[in-house]
Amino acid sequence: MFQKSYNIFIKDIKSELRTRYAINALVMFILVAISVILFSIGNEKVNSDLTAGLYWVVIFFSAMSGLSRAFVAEEEKGTNLTLQLIASPDTVFTGKLIFNLILTFFMNIVITFLYSAFFESFYIKNPALFILTFVLGNIGLAISSTIIASIIAKAGAKGTLYPVLSFPILLPLILTCVQLTIFSFDGTNFESVFYELSIVVSYNIIMITVSYLLFDFIWKD
Amino acid sequence: MSNYKLEIKNLSKIFGQRIIFQNINYSIHSNFVLGISGSNGSGKSTLVKIIAGVLSPTKGHVNHFVNGEKIDYEKLFNFIGFVSPYLILYEEFSAEENLKIISKIRGIKYEAEYIKELLAKMNLYSRRKDIVKTYSSGMKQRLKFIFALMHRPNLLILDEPTSNLDNEGKESVYSIIKDYSLKNIVIIASNEEQDLAHCNEILFLEKYKSQ
Repeated sequence: MFQKSYNIFIKDIKSELRTRYAINALVMFILVAISVILFSIGNEKVNSDLTAGLYWVVIFFSAMSGLSRAFVAEEEKGTNLTLQLIASPDTVFTGKLIFNLILTFFMNIVITFLYSAFFESFYIKNPALFILTFVLGNIGLAISSTIIASIIAKAGAKGTLYPVLSFPILLPLILTCVQLTIFSFDGTNFESVFYELSIVVSYNIIMITVSYLLFDFIWKD
Repeated sequence: MSNYKLEIKNLSKIFGQRIIFQNINYSIHSNFVLGISGSNGSGKSTLVKIIAGVLSPTKGHVNHFVNGEKIDYEKLFNFIGFVSPYLILYEEFSAEENLKIISKIRGIKYEAEYIKELLAKMNLYSRRKDIVKTYSSGMKQRLKFIFALMHRPNLLILDEPTSNLDNEGKESVYSIIKDYSLKNIVIIASNEEQDLAHCNEILFLEKYKSQ
């Protein structure tokens, strides 16, 4: 199954490179959002708690602007039926999840790079914890965004519905990741953040399980 | 000859308060062409989508068997070829790219010779490297036939198969139906007399509105 899912991912990458649906929207959103934050801060000194919060705010809204494309593009082009006729639901979901994982990592690496370049307070004292938070947070974000995208792709007001539906589902993940990012700025050791890390790992396990169980019903009208 | 069986049991579809059809019972084997006819909005496309496994029925079941063994829903797409006006292939890719991508996603070998034969039969060989977006509606319809036949399905479902086709295209479609139905099941959903003339039996959906 993984090979077939990988081929869906390759198809999406090729399609994305030709149409530039998601990448352009994402890059522009990241640049605009960070510029607005920088202009509004001006010469103010921002503490690390606020920096961590703003960092995840940009990540959340960037995800909202780009990650829905995985399914919305198929729906808008009318190719959903083609995909239903050539692959099983699990294969489709895995393919779309790989695409969103790659896009999330690409997007958040760019955001992290820009934050470290422009925000003085973005100073990481525990890099291992930051990387672990980054990886687990991105996985959770990609899983949730993919299943929510598959739901909203069938709806009329896709643009507004996506962040509205995503917010309550992503809230536990984002809040915990903000907390873990603050800890990584403070240099807190791993033993002290076990509880928060357990929340993120459990969230990811629950979301991936629920997604695979639900997707059959969502995919088949 | 492939031993394929399609079994429709007490099939009903209701959208909200509107009964599309109810209690359809049918059983067909290979070497059979079933026609589905009915006025606009009678549920022809809904029925073929349910048979293809892309839409859930409200009540009842559709079971597919090959050599007496029931096919799992997860594997059903490998046994079905589907053509319809609302089926859209990836327009940002060429016909050849589409067919190669689809083979890879299906997990089947790209049979270059067979596909070359199909492209030639549907009069698309010289345009195979052109982006599908640049095709006329008739050419897109021809490409859908190649998409439906490339994995040699046991059940070929044709929803309004001759829409957008010129006379030459229609003749190619009728030749496909004739050849393909010798070993497989073909289902044609249409109101065109010429299309339905190739069927062994016709299911009139109006009869299943209220019982």
